[in-house]
Amino acid sequence: MAATGVAAWIWLTIALPFAGFLLNGALAFRRPDAKGLVSLIGPGTVIAAFGVAAAAFLQAAAAPTQEAMLVPLWRWMPAGTLQVDLSLQVDQLSLVMLLVVTGVGSLIHLFSVGYMREDPGYARYFAYLNLFIVFMLVLVLGSNLPTLFIGWEGVGLCSYLLIGFWYADKANADAGKKAFIMNRIGDFGALVAMFICWQALGTLSFPEIAERAPELLTPGGTTVTAITLLLFLGCIGKSAQIPLYTWLPDAMAGPTPVSALIHAATMVTAGVYLVARTNVLFAMAPVSQMVVAGIGALTALFAATIGLRQYDIKRVLAYSTVSQLGYMFLGVGSGAYVAGVFHLVTHAFFKALLFLGSGSVIHAMHHAYHATHAHEDAQDMRNMGGLRRYLPWTFALMGLATLAIAGIPPLSGFFSKDEILAFAFGRAAHDPAWYVFWAMGALAALLTAIYMARLMAMTFLGDNRTGAEERRHLHEASWIMTGPLLVLGILTVVGGVINLPAFIRVGPLHALDRWLEPVMEPAGRFLALETPHGGIEYALIGLAVAIGIVGLVIGYRTTLARPIPVAREAPPERGIWRLLHQKWYVDELYQEFIVNPLVWLSRGLLWRLVDQTLIDRAGVNGSAWLSRRLGWLGSRLQTGEVGVYIVMFLLGAVWILHAVAR
Amino acid sequence: MLLGPSLTLSAILFTIGLAGVVVRRNAIVLFMCIELMLNAVNLTFVALSQYHGLNGQVMVFFVMTVAAAEAAVGLAIILAIFRHRQSVDLQNINLLRG
Repeated sequence: MAATGVAAWIWLTIALPFAGFLLNGALAFRRPDAKGLVSLIGPGTVIAAFGVAAAAFLQAAAAPTQEAMLVPLWRWMPAGTLQVDLSLQVDQLSLVMLLVVTGVGSLIHLFSVGYMREDPGYARYFAYLNLFIVFMLVLVLGSNLPTLFIGWEGVGLCSYLLIGFWYADKANADAGKKAFIMNRIGDFGALVAMFICWQALGTLSFPEIAERAPELLTPGGTTVTAITLLLFLGCIGKSAQIPLYTWLPDAMAGPTPVSALIHAATMVTAGVYLVARTNVLFAMAPVSQMVVAGIGALTALFAATIGLRQYDIKRVLAYSTVSQLGYMFLGVGSGAYVAGVFHLVTHAFFKALLFLGSGSVIHAMHHAYHATHAHEDAQDMRNMGGLRRYLPWTFALMGLATLAIAGIPPLSGFFSKDEILAFAFGRAAHDPAWYVFWAMGALAALLTAIYMARLMAMTFLGDNRTGAEERRHLHEASWIMTGPLLVLGILTVVGGVINLPAFIRVGPLHALDRWLEPVMEPAGRFLALETPHGGIEYALIGLAVAIGIVGLVIGYRTTLARPIPVAREAPPERGIWRLLHQKWYVDELYQEFIVNPLVWLSRGLLWRLVDQTLIDRAGVNGSAWLSRRLGWLGSRLQTGEVGVYIVMFLLGAVWILHAVAR
Repeated sequence: MLLGPSLTLSAILFTIGLAGVVVRRNAIVLFMCIELMLNAVNLTFVALSQYHGLNGQVMVFFVMTVAAAEAAVGLAIILAIFRHRQSVDLQNINLLRG
């Protein structure tokens, strides 16, 4: 159906940040010092987009529609039977994503005003950040796969630009390239999935896919399994799942607000969004569901183990993000699409808060070291400790987020994580494999609580290890940085209210379930979702809470059990800790078994043999040599002596006469 | 009338000219041999014109005209070559060798 009211103007949410990108980009070239203007345009356009999104949401909430509202902008690919429009779609799911992206995006833009104030690339930074919002909104608003793919690639580009924002340092530029290339591997899958989808269904638009897939595809058939697995390959790349997750921890090379916005709250959740968007296809492919849930559970557990032994505060959070994304995939893989989206939303709140909080900590540490001209690592938690006295607001708010991610009721993370685990447990009644996935998820929850308690204890508790001189320079940042933290803190606490489970008995129960019902309805026909009720339900909840509390206590006690040496004097890691600290040597394994053979193949085979020997020597030089030789042979006829020419002429004439006379 | 002897003479003259062109190396002699060949052909024209009308006779005049022009140009070239290389021996003139 056509869009009405505010929804018809939904393109403004894209156009406004795009205008911001153009203006900030122009300023970055012309007036890089006009920071006041940039501070106005950058966050201003995103906040305006949030206003439009909120208005569209209020309209949709007042008059809910069963069908998605389409806003076709123009015909993009008119090619025979393939007609692709560039068109936007306003429905319940895209509105949720729209609010999260613009809302969290606005807060992080505001935070960046304080965080990046002294950076010479201030205007460039905001230009990139605005451009990211543009593409992210194209991604969540696109009403067909190609439009979504524009956004999908665009956010990858912005991610690359912002990871390598401080490009003068080669390590940062390398991290950007790593992210870009690993995403390309996944995008290959997404592209092929689109081709097969077009072949099988004759359409790429989401409403039509939801309509035709149940008619044209066999549930559990090869086609739908292939489409979904290839789509999921794209999600693996974008959402940093095993085996393509290693780019995300390296992406922490970018500025911290970027890590919060792109690599925690929004872009990396695009994979979860894509699965939820194409829910009917995944619901029809049980094999793919098992793969999605299995990879999700494995990633949740695996990344959590690495998070146990990292010292860089942002790296701990990065592995935590990978792990939490695994939870979301466990949810959507179990068929609990709403639970996955629910965790996406709450995770956006508390993880953005954790990242911005770590940004606040790094900001304070950096300034302290800067003031005393010390060359210590401002991100290493071993150099922190006892910061609660100097950064009380940051401490309190990050503490809340820690409780939320550990799953302590009644904070938001408890509800969303519990819902995912409950659905995984419920699914196990039909598919026993889900018992394993559920157990992995529960174990990962324990590890999550442990590493988060460790992070908080090392950073904020105990004695300060920054140094006597530096200590005097530690202080809370300005209100423009703590303000967004406060808003995110409130959302972290109350975020669970959007989808309260039935046992709460008060308030708006299952609000998100009912809100997203029209979007998830096509999948519902193929799935029989059930969560445990009665005693088992309460036992699971009790277990989840116990896991959270036990994990927090373990993490707290073990971290502060003995004094922590500062980073410079730290002894080398030993045994299993060394394995975890070195991230299971996965990067080294990839280097040894994928990168090096590829380099060898490219250099030895493709370059030396194919290019240099076959093409250059045999092909180019060889043909030149051959024609030269032939030309030389021909030139032997040209003796330059008139007599020879005459004899030949004579012989020719005789031959012609002979031929004619005969 | 006398067609057979005429054509025989013509063939002999032509062959002498051709042999000269092939064998001799002096440019002047070569040139004279070419003239000989042309005149052998002229003789053929004249001999055959008694059977085929005056066309052959007329053609002879054309050939003589062209031969005269050719002699002028050819001698000029030979003269130029001689001035340049002090020789008209064709063995030495092989600039076009590949």
